[in-house]
Amino acid sequence: MDVPYWLLAIIAFGVINFMLISASVLVYAERKVSGYMQNRPGPNRVGPGGFLQPFADVFKLMFKEDIAPRSASSFVHSLAPAVMVVIAMTVPAMIPFARGVVIVDNGVTVLIILALTSVSVYGVTMAGWSSNSKFSLLGGLRSSAQMISYELSMGLAVVSVVLLAGSLSVVEIVEDQARGGAILGWNVFRNPLGALIFVITAFAETNRAPFDLPEAEQELVGGYHTEYSGMKFGMFFLAEYVNWFVASFVIATLFFGGYLLPFEPQILAAYPGLDGSVLLGLLQALTLLLKVSFFAFLFIWVRWTLPRFKYNQLMTIGWKVLLPTALVNVLLIALVVVLFMG
Amino acid sequence: MPADFVPLLLMLALAAGLALTLLLAARYLGPRRANPIKEGAYESGMDPIGTARQRYSVKFYLVAMIFIIFDVEVVFLYPWAVSFQEFLAAGEGIGVLAVVSIFILVLGVGLLYDIRKGGLEFD
Repeated sequence: MDVPYWLLAIIAFGVINFMLISASVLVYAERKVSGYMQNRPGPNRVGPGGFLQPFADVFKLMFKEDIAPRSASSFVHSLAPAVMVVIAMTVPAMIPFARGVVIVDNGVTVLIILALTSVSVYGVTMAGWSSNSKFSLLGGLRSSAQMISYELSMGLAVVSVVLLAGSLSVVEIVEDQARGGAILGWNVFRNPLGALIFVITAFAETNRAPFDLPEAEQELVGGYHTEYSGMKFGMFFLAEYVNWFVASFVIATLFFGGYLLPFEPQILAAYPGLDGSVLLGLLQALTLLLKVSFFAFLFIWVRWTLPRFKYNQLMTIGWKVLLPTALVNVLLIALVVVLFMG
Repeated sequence: MPADFVPLLLMLALAAGLALTLLLAARYLGPRRANPIKEGAYESGMDPIGTARQRYSVKFYLVAMIFIIFDVEVVFLYPWAVSFQEFLAAGEGIGVLAVVSIFILVLGVGLLYDIRKGGLEFD
């Protein structure tokens, strides 16, 4: 690493602020898109077109009373939202935003991403248990069972990506996808089944519809954060939206070429001066952002398209459909590697 | 190599700082007017019946146990996945693939057994 730590700290600080702002924009985007999908305007009072609504909501949450049940375990009750926020904010450090622009690049970044996302199960479980409320407990249990069930298939989908790239580094996985010429090297084309499994499991891991059973308000009130109010609830909310955004980043990076421009080799051949320039870096960051925006939109789109699964359906899909498919996919990709890369 | 993890620690520390700030904001910015109704556990308007710290369905333990077994086996696949192209380059690809196929077959049989025994039935 030739970048001094103080510079890294500034970049990391910038990334965290970027994630905070993105979460607000996502809240606005979700409410607005949901509104248009249901033929209503959505928020339109605070700021131009209602754009400042999420910021107003943050300030409202900040100045609300922080209520915790007397019977709750107060330390764990406070620890749970902190865990969720820390995990959600740390994962972006492993994502390369353009060629060479990444905070953590140590050769095992894929493993770190998987490890961190599995830690967020603890946040959910602690929130559910510590509140000492039945709704919270049930929501927490459901959520943790769901997250660990889909983590297996997610891990196996990542194994197939690692097989193709021969590396555990996110940067090398992205660069490996540049080999196919234009866009055919992207993992979604070499490994379509893995991409599908990963996208489905990403929905389940982030507890988004149609996998939002932990917060099925008709039966569980608020799920694991029933007993949270004020900014502590805001922290769960923030973590949920950042997780959603980060999941879009990881999908785009692992399967859709990350920061690679479509037809990048051809563009570089036509404009040789572009190689290594700042402009290329900006274009790559913009490309990544466009891909991520698409997946962020996909999350909203799916939410208003598919009804919520029942609990037994959820478990059946996770264990009896996705897991065997993911196992077969790993062997399939290994065969592809033998046949086409040997 | 340990130096490669310093940026990660940096990011964790900054994220922890953010979490702490938000927790302190939750603690000190809002009003604090407690009353017994507010401090009770929420049970849709009724007085809470008993505690939530009761026994709950053994199904959740079963899922957790099966998860640990399968997750460990998935972890075993990672070293193979990273080095598979090197094995291939060394001309041992087919043999390694056969071994891993047997491993995944055993995994699959275990999953099939679990499904047939009803370990993953939920209602």
